[in-house]
Amino acid sequence: MAKSIDVTDLDIYYGDFKAVEDVNVTIPAKQVTAFIGPSGCGKSTFLRALNRMHEVIPGAYVDGKVLVDGQDLYAVEVDPVAVRRQVGMVFQRPNPFPTMSIYENVIAGMRLNNKKMKKSEADDVVESALRAADLWGEVNERLARPGSGLSGGQQQRLCIARAIAVQPQVLLMDEPCSALDPISTSAIEDLIHELKANYTIVIVTHNMQQAARVSDDTAFFNLVGTGKPGRLIEFGETRKIFSNPDEKATEDYISGRFG
Amino acid sequence: MTPPTQTLKQRPGADGPRGSGPLNTQDQALHTRTLPRFAPLGLLAAATAVSVGISLALGWNRAAMVVVAAILYLVAINLVSRSVENGRRATDRTVTGLVTIAFLIALLPLTTLLYTVLSNGLGALSGEFFSASMRNIIGEGGGIYHAIWGTLIVTGLATLMSVPIGVFTAIYLVEYGKGALARWITFLVDVMTGIPSIVAGLFAYALFVLFLGPGVRSGFGGAVALSVLMVPVVVRATEEMLKLVPNELREASYALGVPRWRTIVKVVLRTASAGIATGVTLAVARVIGETAPLLVIAGSTDSVNFNPFDGRMATLPVFTFYAYSEPGVPAEFSVERAWGAALVLILIVLVLNLIARLISRAYSPKTGR
Ligand SMILES: Nc1ncnc2c1ncn2[C@@H]1O[C@H](COP(=O)(O)OP(=O)(O)OP(=O)(O)O)[C@@H](O)[C@H]1O
Ligand SMILES: [Mg+2]
Repeated sequence: MAKSIDVTDLDIYYGDFKAVEDVNVTIPAKQVTAFIGPSGCGKSTFLRALNRMHEVIPGAYVDGKVLVDGQDLYAVEVDPVAVRRQVGMVFQRPNPFPTMSIYENVIAGMRLNNKKMKKSEADDVVESALRAADLWGEVNERLARPGSGLSGGQQQRLCIARAIAVQPQVLLMDEPCSALDPISTSAIEDLIHELKANYTIVIVTHNMQQAARVSDDTAFFNLVGTGKPGRLIEFGETRKIFSNPDEKATEDYISGRFG
Repeated sequence: MTPPTQTLKQRPGADGPRGSGPLNTQDQALHTRTLPRFAPLGLLAAATAVSVGISLALGWNRAAMVVVAAILYLVAINLVSRSVENGRRATDRTVTGLVTIAFLIALLPLTTLLYTVLSNGLGALSGEFFSASMRNIIGEGGGIYHAIWGTLIVTGLATLMSVPIGVFTAIYLVEYGKGALARWITFLVDVMTGIPSIVAGLFAYALFVLFLGPGVRSGFGGAVALSVLMVPVVVRATEEMLKLVPNELREASYALGVPRWRTIVKVVLRTASAGIATGVTLAVARVIGETAPLLVIAGSTDSVNFNPFDGRMATLPVFTFYAYSEPGVPAEFSVERAWGAALVLILIVLVLNLIARLISRAYSPKTGR
């Protein structure tokens, strides 16, 4: 069951430093939403606020509301661990567990939580997750080898497989393709298209074509000035943002006339 | 001592104003003249010959001979290389020589120590030496069975106590600790590192006197004294290892909905386990040879005692100490046993190191395809 995300008046801080300011947005369920914007404008920060990974950093906190299917993630009685089980994440840099094999990496979400599984069940999860991440053909011969022995792009697909193996309802991806070649990239994009049927997907990307290709909606973030917090400038259907944006800054950024 | 045999081409001008020798006319500066491979060894032989000659003529001793040979070699290789090659090469060869000399100097105490212990102690090793205690032995015969067990029991108990304390402290400091408490713990651990071992022994003694009255002796007391020495070493080693675990792994685990404590146990500790095992072994090796605290609290006995909570317990270092300092008459048998016990102690440390290597090989993060 995919879920929509409603963000109201969200400010995000690193200690005293306000990194993102005053975000109001509704990310629709079962759609792909792309975050674009210049480096340092707070895309990763905002993304991490959506599954409470932001507060893992010492001193970091948020102020505002994030509702997933009507439930406030930041309400006092909400357990961040439970949130992260529903809202999965793929990081900018691939981070497979170095002590685990490829197989163990894929089912790490279950193994680390001591979830009891039959061997055949685990095999199925591993195979379907690796197939979904377009990695099965490359690694099915060597599932017992260490995950850190893969190439950078393979490691990233392994991390995607690991994230979807736990079947979250929302999948956050922070520049998942920045380390991939065009073929793996297009495989991931196909994967995103398929996952869209069941998951709500948010993807940060610096690649305009990619945003245009995979996303239904696009959010453009920008810095108002140096040292100022990042803001959500414009949000709307990708088609509209890329053809006829309301804001001048969006148009400049997309057409490359930025700064 | 292998000289750097660089035949690599050098970029023009990379050598500074001294440049390269007169050879470079056509293919400017890409080639420099290189000393033949045997040059350093040849120079060393020459320097040694000259030094031997001088020493014999002036009646110097062997140490002076070696020092003079080393200095002569360093000066010669520098001058020869400078005139044939260039300034950078000359510096390189001189520093290579210096580093090698430093290495040999560092090796000297280690090899002489091993040689002395081996040559004096090998003769003592026998079946009886490993299987008999010193009960009712005067003069020849007897063994260190009781002391081996004592050392294993005392050190084992100390390890059992200090590894959990040390590892948990390190986990607190790295994963949870912030602010004043963490700073105080770090400070106290630093202070503990500097505690003289005899003070640790006196501390354990005073502690047990409180409960059991004066004159108390026990192997367990020895273990407490040793853990006072071990804990800070384990904390420090584990802390460094935990800090090496990249934050990305913790985040990857959190993002999968794994709670913090499971992340620490199954990801952080697991990733650092090889390093922690090495650190613990080093800590054990550090305390297994401690004599002073055990002299105070564990005491010494001629008999086997398997009960660490009751009575004196012999240990290898204390045994060695008494066998050497109070050998009785005739002294030679006791002194030989002392060397034998010292050798066995070194062997135990060696075996521990091997075990740690095996553990760390088995548990270290896997790489390669
Ligand atoms: N751990 C942190 N502590 C303090 N400030 C941080 C931290 N991480 C990011 N910031 C700051 O927050 C702001 C937003 O950073 P963020 O990483 O979200 O940018 P981004 O849009 O993802 O950039 P990029 O496209 O380069 O990934 C920046 O000013 C950055 O310096
Ligand atoms: Mg980023």
